[in-house]
Amino acid sequence: MTDNSRSNEQLLLLEVKGLTKFFPIRSKGLRRKVIGQARAVDDVSFNIFEGETLGLVGESGCGKTTTARCIVRALDPTSGEILFSHSDRETVDIAALSDREMFPLRRDVQMIFQDPYASLNPRMNILDIIGESLLVIGGMKDRTKRSKRVAELLKLVGLRPEYMQRFPHAFSGGQRQRIVIARALALKPRLVVADEPVSALDVSVQAQVLNLMLKLQQELNLTYLFVAHDLSVVKHFCDRVAVMYLGKIVELALTTSLFEGPMHPYTKALMGAVPEADPRRKAAMVPLIGEVPSPVSPPSGCHFHPRCPHVTELCKTTMPALEEIRLGQFVRCHRAAELAAG
Amino acid sequence: MRPTLTIERCQLGSESFVNNETILSVKGLKTEFVLDEGTAKAVDGVSFKVDRGQVVGIVGESGCGKSVTIKSIMGIIQKPGKIVEGRIFFRLKQNEELVDLRSYDSRGEEMRNIRGNDIALIPQEPMAALSPVHTIGNQLVEAIRLHRNISKKEAEKVAVERMRQVGMPSPEERMSVYSWQLSGGLRQRVMIAMALMCNPRLLIADEPTTAIDVTTQAQVLSLLRELQSAQELAMIFITHDLGVVAQIADYVVVMYLGKVVEKGPVDDIFHSPGHPYTKALLASIPTIHTPAREELPTIGGSLPHPFNRPMGCPFHPRCAAFIPGTCDKIPPTLTKISSQHSVSCFLHSENLVDTQ
Repeated sequence: MTDNSRSNEQLLLLEVKGLTKFFPIRSKGLRRKVIGQARAVDDVSFNIFEGETLGLVGESGCGKTTTARCIVRALDPTSGEILFSHSDRETVDIAALSDREMFPLRRDVQMIFQDPYASLNPRMNILDIIGESLLVIGGMKDRTKRSKRVAELLKLVGLRPEYMQRFPHAFSGGQRQRIVIARALALKPRLVVADEPVSALDVSVQAQVLNLMLKLQQELNLTYLFVAHDLSVVKHFCDRVAVMYLGKIVELALTTSLFEGPMHPYTKALMGAVPEADPRRKAAMVPLIGEVPSPVSPPSGCHFHPRCPHVTELCKTTMPALEEIRLGQFVRCHRAAELAAG
Repeated sequence: MRPTLTIERCQLGSESFVNNETILSVKGLKTEFVLDEGTAKAVDGVSFKVDRGQVVGIVGESGCGKSVTIKSIMGIIQKPGKIVEGRIFFRLKQNEELVDLRSYDSRGEEMRNIRGNDIALIPQEPMAALSPVHTIGNQLVEAIRLHRNISKKEAEKVAVERMRQVGMPSPEERMSVYSWQLSGGLRQRVMIAMALMCNPRLLIADEPTTAIDVTTQAQVLSLLRELQSAQELAMIFITHDLGVVAQIADYVVVMYLGKVVEKGPVDDIFHSPGHPYTKALLASIPTIHTPAREELPTIGGSLPHPFNRPMGCPFHPRCAAFIPGTCDKIPPTLTKISSQHSVSCFLHSENLVDTQ
């Protein structure tokens, strides 16, 4: 097998190019004039290959959830392209589709939500919750067929099929998240967008759900876009990681290279801020000064410059580009190469 | 005469003895919620103590009774909840004897004087704890003027001073600001300032960093640690995050289903845990050092329903080291495995035969 054929094997499933989402801020009063824009996602580009897991990390307000929501078209992007390889190997731009054109694609792109207490309708039983997408998108009208498929799905996520007549309130948080996963997998999607799937769960249950998601990925050849704020979970779960700050990707690298040698000062600060479950490693905590600025009026130049310990005059005026500093490690910092060397 | 606790009496047959530095000593606390469906034993025989200058971390998953424990201490358990047993000894003044807070009426004047003055709380959600229609300054001034007979001017001076202490940028201007105009991290700083207004002897922090981001969390944690060690405050820190507790606590109490399953100095808990639950909990969290994309060890099963707690050891249905015939029959008791480290598990109980 030549190198060429190997790279062809890794199919590019999703290509996001210059994705931008601005939320207008309107004045009070009748005219509701647009007086500003919150730049939630600002020119974000990345690729996801088939079978891989890309992590999207950052603090609240950095635009990671907005990016995820644009990809499933729960939000309409302001500009940019979201190129998705369709099941028949054709590429479509999700960003440009109308709702009706998007409908058949819903089968391929599914979402797992953060809070399993809010994302399951309390008045529907599990059969109907999981079966709904089979009926609406899958067109599976026969009820017995549907319940057979739901039983399969419940077994797949480690729940007993007998539970399908029950309602969500009868399940614990971890079990609910399994139901949410089963619902997302009902139509055999190619891309699963998971928005903080374990952050609402207790630690002992978190590990169970992460293990389940890993197992399912291997069995079903799933591709994940994994949105999270917890770095240790991302480190454990993802192949590649994109770090976002104020609507922009500041660093994108293989998980191993990112955690062994973070290059952007923000990534370094973020890693230093994670409290380690070891009382002997206390010195590692270096708090970052200040707070995340508002996305309505981001700082000039590099958005991180007011909090950056390595700031120069150039940083205050010019936004750095996302450049490949090391092999496969893209960093948005003027001084990345220099700081990595010294 | 109020029931008090002298040091001599306490040393007799008590497993966590009290010394001159002890600020709080909770003994055999049981809090129950009596509902139509049954009785939920939220806190079922919890004992621990907090010394001056010590940070005690209480860890556990949701529903383990950590919040009910501190609500019981502060006397703010709401109906149908009720403290049914146990003592809560608190030292109101240095060199005075400890008094049992349960002997006070929880709505009475004495208890109201203690709450906010001697025992202060930093809540989890600052937005829910601050009034959106009063300025930050007004709320800080109110906190101190409830307890001290001082003028508004003086109170304002104290408030600005406290805001400066907690690292609030331009504190004078922030006095006239409303809570919704502040960011999450600054709001939590206001809550800390408010808790410190009356120089409390005991500070209780109920998951103070759960609702905020990691970089802000690091700021708040280092601020709390700084203030705590500078003023030698006694502090109870409640969290479900093992990383946070490792960073801030001196002593750790691990709770499971209303019971203390293990307690000990922070280093012992993290480096030589004795209880299977503590071990499993530590193994199940991915850290920056665990190998990536491998299956994590998990705790099987899920938390039992509060109305039907398992017989014997509460953890036995999920325990890897379960001893049939023992763990499911007899409840284990806290046993010392070193001078400060105790575990409630039959694996560590030498007198296993005697209890049967």
